[in-house]
Amino acid sequence: MRYLPLTDTDRADMLQRIGVAAIDDLFVDIPKDVRLKDLVDLPKAAGEMSVERQMSRMAAKNVSAGSVPFFVGAGAYRHHVPATVDHLIQRSEFLTAYTPYQPEISQGTLQTLFEFQTQVAGLTGMDVANASMYDGSTATAEAVLMAHRLTRRKKAVLSGGLHPQYRAVVKNLSDMAGDELVCLAPDPAGTEALLEEIDDDTSCVVVQTPSFYGQLTDLTAIAEKAHEKKALLIAVVTEVVSLGALQPPGAMGADIVVAEGQSIGNSLNFGGPYVGLFATRQKYVRQMPGRLAGLTTDAEGRRGYVLTLSTREQHIRREKATSNICTNSGLCALAFTIHMTLLGAAGLKRLATLNHQSAVQLADALSAVPGVEVLNESFFNEFTIRTPKPAAKVIEALAAKDILGGVPVSRLEPGNADLADLIVVAATEINSDEDRAAYADALKEVLA
Amino acid sequence: MTMNREGRPTTPDEVGSTAPDTFTGNRALRIEEPVIFDVGTAEATGVDLPEPDGAVKSRLGGLERSEPLDLPGLAEPEAMRHYVRLSQKNYAIDMGLYPLGSCTMKHNPRLNEKMARLPGFADVHPLQPVSTVPGALELIAECARWLCVSTGMEAVAMSPKAGAHGELCGMMAIKAAHAAHGENRSIVLVPESAHGTNPATAALLGYKVVAIPAREDGTVDPAAVIERLSDDVAGIMLTNPNTCGLFERDIVEIAKAVHEAGAYFYCDGANLNAILGKARPGDLGVDCMHINLHKTFSTPHGGGGPGAGPVVLSERLKAFAPLPYVKMTAAGPELIETPADAEADGTKPFGRMTAFHGQMGMFVRAMTYMLSHGADGLRQASEDAVLNANYVRAGLQDVMSLPFGERPYMHEVLFDDSFLDDTGVSTLDFAKAMIDEGFHPMTMYFPLVVHGAMLIEPTESESKASLDLFVATLRDLVMRAKRGEVDRFKGAPWYAPRRRLDETAAARHPVLKWTPPEPQTADAAE
Amino acid sequence: MTVYFTKDHEWISLDGDVGTVGITDYAQNQLGDVVFVELPDVGKALEKGGDAAVVESVKAASEVYAPISGEVVEINDALTDAPEKVNAEAETGAWFFKVKLSDTGELDGLMDADAYKAHIADL
Repeated sequence: MRYLPLTDTDRADMLQRIGVAAIDDLFVDIPKDVRLKDLVDLPKAAGEMSVERQMSRMAAKNVSAGSVPFFVGAGAYRHHVPATVDHLIQRSEFLTAYTPYQPEISQGTLQTLFEFQTQVAGLTGMDVANASMYDGSTATAEAVLMAHRLTRRKKAVLSGGLHPQYRAVVKNLSDMAGDELVCLAPDPAGTEALLEEIDDDTSCVVVQTPSFYGQLTDLTAIAEKAHEKKALLIAVVTEVVSLGALQPPGAMGADIVVAEGQSIGNSLNFGGPYVGLFATRQKYVRQMPGRLAGLTTDAEGRRGYVLTLSTREQHIRREKATSNICTNSGLCALAFTIHMTLLGAAGLKRLATLNHQSAVQLADALSAVPGVEVLNESFFNEFTIRTPKPAAKVIEALAAKDILGGVPVSRLEPGNADLADLIVVAATEINSDEDRAAYADALKEVLA
Repeated sequence: MTMNREGRPTTPDEVGSTAPDTFTGNRALRIEEPVIFDVGTAEATGVDLPEPDGAVKSRLGGLERSEPLDLPGLAEPEAMRHYVRLSQKNYAIDMGLYPLGSCTMKHNPRLNEKMARLPGFADVHPLQPVSTVPGALELIAECARWLCVSTGMEAVAMSPKAGAHGELCGMMAIKAAHAAHGENRSIVLVPESAHGTNPATAALLGYKVVAIPAREDGTVDPAAVIERLSDDVAGIMLTNPNTCGLFERDIVEIAKAVHEAGAYFYCDGANLNAILGKARPGDLGVDCMHINLHKTFSTPHGGGGPGAGPVVLSERLKAFAPLPYVKMTAAGPELIETPADAEADGTKPFGRMTAFHGQMGMFVRAMTYMLSHGADGLRQASEDAVLNANYVRAGLQDVMSLPFGERPYMHEVLFDDSFLDDTGVSTLDFAKAMIDEGFHPMTMYFPLVVHGAMLIEPTESESKASLDLFVATLRDLVMRAKRGEVDRFKGAPWYAPRRRLDETAAARHPVLKWTPPEPQTADAAE
Repeated sequence: MTVYFTKDHEWISLDGDVGTVGITDYAQNQLGDVVFVELPDVGKALEKGGDAAVVESVKAASEVYAPISGEVVEINDALTDAPEKVNAEAETGAWFFKVKLSDTGELDGLMDADAYKAHIADL
């Protein structure tokens, strides 16, 4: 087997050195009646060629985003990732390193995490950021728990503009922990009366911007009301490129900002692995979950980095930890940081502008299709359309014409008749004029 | 107050440099690298994007960013050098032995990476029409099948994002199962040798954690479990093989007692690499177990994630698996994504762990690993892992101290620090001296059940020659410690990119991001 | 002023019905470099033996237990900015909080300086 360096001669020598007759003498602690006598019922070892063939066969059955006009978003976005990013994250020293517990031989990982934290803080307009979370949805659930600890209250209020699957993740943890949760009705129009839901028992209010439906919200009034009631505002961003064009939540009064960072540096990967961003105010840092890299010096006085404030974490606090999280999304965070460094402020602004323009042009094209209505007045790179036919059917019909036209809201909010004719549509810098025209033409045919 | 039993210095002693200074501060191939904020500018970019179209009217609703965007950029060659130089300050499994106990740092095959980058897997959106992703669903179902067959379990929740997330998922399934029986139990039993995530997970769900002491030989005494079982105990969280490198030989009896008390058996699968193909958790009475794909199934650790933590489930728990899941039918794979889908399928999912479907990229890598090994290779890997650990044990047991005696261990072997008594060298010093020898240190000060723990897991990826050098090196270090060469240890590492770092200063006054230097005033400049 | 000690390494010095509480020099020495101290809120009711504060080193977080029941009347804010004081002056300037005793009878179970010295000698 190509991954196993020991030869049979080695094995025999080693058993002798250990002083046992056979390998099974090392497994004596496993009760005999539960020890496997035969191989489990699975195929035998295979060489690279054979494995590659089997895997490629499965991969080939999928329609990859790059092969068709592609407008699917709703929390994961297809962007161009420079070739440099994937080359660098595949370097052995990044790819095959462990968590940086030994700082003297992990400065590469630690410094990139420090750069990542600085980039995320700047991008979100917050004081501090951690070294990343699993993804945006779990980061949101962790933010709610953090708000509960800080306010010593147990009621979270979720906006109806929050991604339905994020809501489900928060609800699950909240139900399991016995906390209270108020979920506002799905809000495609961006007109919900959120302020009225914030009261003296509220720990936090969770608002996504741009919303799941693409609506943009000035968070300032919500932050003011929340703070008046001594509650926290958690802002959720699922399209992090938007921060290159839009006022960051930190400048609008958010206390915690969580985001899905996949858009920068990471592929779609059918939903994972992604990278959760988590930023907050300096005064809350000790209640923040997740890893943190900090600056210090070594014994010769040189600049260096370490994991710090680790007493918040599970391996020390055990049942009193701020979270049970053990690790971050290191390699995805690295991809984020490298891509962000390649972009720089100038590149990110331009990328954001291109995304917005692509969406504006698509909205114009689609609203010209008879029967189609664009719900949003304002948006970044994603918006919601209403179609005269059930959205799920429309999307399937478009797929049959090799157009991936967005996400029917009914897939994520099943059983809600008011939402059955809505499609969330995203456009990014990868979409060409031809892609947009093809979408509008196909939609016209499907609806005819 | 509670007392830290493992107090150790976190501020390094002042030491002098051993080599002459250089103008740049560089040391030949070891090149000092500033942070991007010191070298990049807001103007520079390493990406060429088309010019925006001036004629398109903005629809940002008056929320345009006015806040400054302090993100330095670098041109591509500069970015390349920056990150390559940084990478060279890391140790990695591709460079040498990584004997971290309970972390299973095995070889990461590059075929895994190649497969994960096939456009049919990497460039597929989680919410594109189900009809366009049959191969992705098939991959998930196939990966799930291999995991179930290998572990002898009935079902698997694929979506948890990492080991700790899988733990949470498993405990949620247990909580949901009790709730379905109209019960609300409040206690979870956790042995002292457990990973810190276990009690943290139980506490997160509102459970009271009751610790089970380890017996003299490092394993859990069924009597100690039975004594603590009651109709208020929801479950037990047990790592097997445990973090002392020992298989819990009374596990079947413990499982039986736990089940008789109406509780569930959660097994922490961190150490699954020791027993694949040799024993199946399903045959041991386990109700749920998370599997760290980044340990046993070779997906890369990536400097701290991303991992993946699928949870295999027993017959008693499988109905409660979270959404989404993939069901294999005669017509092909079917995605069960919503509560309505689940109802039609006759299951009672407790909820959802994450948006989308879990760590697909990791499933692809793990599947590639499993197909490569096959049933025979997986068993051989476990045998070699155990053989290697015992070979290291045999090579070191006369000079280092085994708290649980000279006996067979599983895939890792635990030493304590009594062999360093009266040398003035601590476990920490010993570990740092290993760095100078070109090895990553072993897991230290864990598990907490022995003093100055050193937990060594070589994995099956090491050759005999590699292990021989490792053993010889450790023997040499022991000899030097006993000979009184304390300074060598206290100053270590001498040859790493950095000497020991001041963790105390970092924690007392945390600096968690770069801040621009104070502008010099005219007065100060004079 | 009378000083009492607990077996868990807290000290309490009494002035009328107000006790000043800290951790012992032995404890700070065992902890290593103290990097953070979390103090209770003024007004908090403490129960003898219950969690009162947290003291952290880089690698460990330790609960400080209330040696006595009562209400917190003052906390030593200086420790928040300068946790290193706990290492430098554990039994003097680095007191954690002051508590108004609710039951002086609870003092009976505590040790005096000599008894504490004997206690740590056995550890």
